[in-house]
Amino acid sequence: MTKAQAQGADIPELRVRSVEAADLGQVIAIDAEVTGLEKTDYWYELFHRYGGGRTRQRLFLVAESGDVIQGFIIGEIRDWEFGSAPCGWVFGLSVRASSRLAGVGARMLEAVCDGFRRAGVNKVRTLLARDNSLVLSFFRSQGMMAAPFIPLEKDLD
Amino acid sequence: MKLQKGTSLALYSVLEFAANPGQQLSAAEIAEKYGASTHHLAKVLRELGRAGLVESARGVGGGYRFSGNAKRLTLMDVIELFEDISTRTGESDEFDASSEVGRALGAVMAEVDEIAKATFRSITVDTMQKLIERQRRAVTEAQTALKE
Repeated sequence: MTKAQAQGADIPELRVRSVEAADLGQVIAIDAEVTGLEKTDYWYELFHRYGGGRTRQRLFLVAESGDVIQGFIIGEIRDWEFGSAPCGWVFGLSVRASSRLAGVGARMLEAVCDGFRRAGVNKVRTLLARDNSLVLSFFRSQGMMAAPFIPLEKDLD
Repeated sequence: MKLQKGTSLALYSVLEFAANPGQQLSAAEIAEKYGASTHHLAKVLRELGRAGLVESARGVGGGYRFSGNAKRLTLMDVIELFEDISTRTGESDEFDASSEVGRALGAVMAEVDEIAKATFRSITVDTMQKLIERQRRAVTEAQTALKE
């Protein structure tokens, strides 16, 4: 890691706002950069359901600097799942690789948490693959701890 | 998952040094605080020094200071300097894998271990400092509330 990478990118005038249809190309590219899959239909469907600030329950935000989308975050408020009081769920977060370590993720998480608070919830949760150390570390660095839930699965024959 | 004494001492030491960046702490101070022998701690600090996580300062008032990257260094990075838990499966020695029951119990232990390893891998020294600070604030607030 170079010194510049260790210190993080310098991103001028970062603004977090609701996603717009014109952002989707860049959102899809950021996701494809991380996952290696270009899921165009999926992102248009997500935009349809979560975009444009349609409800206070659903948030799809982007971090923008100039004309460049640096990252995105998606969350929603889920009510009474398995007995849990309504809480905010973050189920998508990604930052352009060249813009990491510059506080982009933290700004987006802060914004989505503000949205959850405005909607009246006081808890935020997320779910990640155990081996996704990078993103797990990020959420941990933002003060998140293990939740009182255990994800379970089984193969369907 | 149980960590060895030396590993725990290494974690204590790294977190103490990282909490006081640039400041030198003596091995004796840390040994006393955590009830360890200075001899054992010296061995641990030598290993941390070899890994570039602490550096020693010679002379009067000499001690050690943190020289790692707190935002990148994870608890797992420190643990793995002292013991190899990354390949530990939980099935190894606690239960007899030659029996059906032992294998099933081993599978459960493996699940527990995998979660523990993921946790160690995801928590940096910087995150630990924030956690320590939050706990300190919570204790202070609780004490203040009790007095009121």
